Amino acid sequence: MQVYLPIAETTVNAFTLLGVGGGVGVLSGMFGVGGGFLITPLLFFIGVPPAVAVATGVNQVVAASISGVLTHLKRKTVDLRMGSVLLAGGLVGSLVGIWFFTLMSRLGQIDLLVQLSYVLFLGVIGALMFQESLRALLRAKSANPPRRKLHTHNWVHNLPWKIKFRTSGLYISVFPPLAVGFGVGVLSAIMGVGGGFILVPAMIYLLGMPTKVVIGTSLFQVTFVAAFTTMLHAVTSQTVDVMLALFLIIGGVIGAQVGTRIGLKLPAEQLRILMALLVLAVAIKIGLDLVLTPRELYSITIPGRF
Amino acid sequence: MRALLALLILLTALPLRAEEQAVVGLSQNRVSLTVNFEGSEILIFGAVRRDGPLPEGSTLDVIVTVEGPPTPSVIWRKARKGGIWVNSESQIVHAAPSFYAVASTAPLIDILSPDADLTHRISTRLAIFEARTDDSRDAASFTEALIRIRQGEGLYQALDSTVSLQRETLFSTRIKLPKTIVEGSYGARIFLLREGQVLHEVETVIDVQKAVLERWLYNLAFQQPFLYGLLALGLAVFFGWGASALFRLVR
Repeated sequence: MQVYLPIAETTVNAFTLLGVGGGVGVLSGMFGVGGGFLITPLLFFIGVPPAVAVATGVNQVVAASISGVLTHLKRKTVDLRMGSVLLAGGLVGSLVGIWFFTLMSRLGQIDLLVQLSYVLFLGVIGALMFQESLRALLRAKSANPPRRKLHTHNWVHNLPWKIKFRTSGLYISVFPPLAVGFGVGVLSAIMGVGGGFILVPAMIYLLGMPTKVVIGTSLFQVTFVAAFTTMLHAVTSQTVDVMLALFLIIGGVIGAQVGTRIGLKLPAEQLRILMALLVLAVAIKIGLDLVLTPRELYSITIPGRF
Repeated sequence: MRALLALLILLTALPLRAEEQAVVGLSQNRVSLTVNFEGSEILIFGAVRRDGPLPEGSTLDVIVTVEGPPTPSVIWRKARKGGIWVNSESQIVHAAPSFYAVASTAPLIDILSPDADLTHRISTRLAIFEARTDDSRDAASFTEALIRIRQGEGLYQALDSTVSLQRETLFSTRIKLPKTIVEGSYGARIFLLREGQVLHEVETVIDVQKAVLERWLYNLAFQQPFLYGLLALGLAVFFGWGASALFRLVR
């Protein structure tokens, strides 16, 4: 069955779309990530224009994280004050990202920008995750694991404008969370991702937040930033395709349920290594496309459309 | 004297030219881009109305063109910079049809004279209006790339010898509209030719429109982008939250 996408102005097989949404949904359920960083490149691969893929990918992120954030709010595992500071930074970041996105579209370099940011971020994050999970795996095998310090003081704790974040038990400057939120907002607009894969490590290692509030707070920020970015893309470039989003979302929510169940049965360390390898594989695939001589050197863009 | 001669030639030539005229029909003059649009095929058929006897000594040829709404385009060429391939040079094309098919009874080069092609802009190459830039380094290679890419997507079609002509009177051809066509008015032109010259030209229009829902979404996206954004978010929230609520209920 074929689906006509009214904004992308092309026809794609419905089962391919459900498959992409479902497959990514399974992975996101298994690994507890939003999956935007996989959906967007997969959409490029099946022929959706990058600008539409990015804007629609971020719309899908809203659907993927909304039920999670509601659950965490109910369990009170969201640091609302920290979430709001991150969100404030995120909204500004999203605005800047959208501005840059439109500028690069006009210059004909949007594909390059999107691909480069994917290679860079997925490459670095994938490598870090791989190293970290490999170490964790080795540590689990050795008899007496070394103890980790509960709380370390680093330069982050010496900045001015300190605020008490009661839920996280932190008393730190407002600037680091603002900056982290800002960065995630920019990425959300340019890459069509929620940014959880950056936000979660930044919250743990940079801000030193306790793990029990990290997931809920990051989901809180991601949901609102993604919603805001979707609106901005819809208003500034008309690149959100609801028909495309609908199929991805339906595939995604079903896949996530399956993935969560698989995730519970697999050991955590192996899961994280798999996840790291997957992230690296996507980065390498996009990187190769940039480096290898393309089959067609020319491409066509239509001014005013993507 | 020369003017008189020219007038005389014109007077004798005119009725001869008007002797053969095409009458045309379409299998459908409306194409709807629905949710499950997989492309469409249009049958263009017609007959040649002839007042006098069949002219001897030359053969009749028919060319059918179908042209989608023109858009300006920018063609980019990649070059390797610092190890990666980036768009480096570009060429603007003022108007290139979003779809263009030329079907004919025989290869175009055999039946169409270059000057007739120039006047009527029949071949794909001439249907594209390039920007006249002073530093036209290699404008031709950019235009060729445009044609090559769109041919690969089935948007430009050179269909030599696909018009069937029976007893120099009845002709028909089928033109495939791929699933990636854009909406708008598609002009179909039918030319009757003898000895490389156009005897008669008829035009007709095929309306390609998005179906009701798709059209509504598209218009909403462009005319009420804020509402459209809210709709997109609403759907995301509804399905994202609704589905997990449903699964919880089932469990």
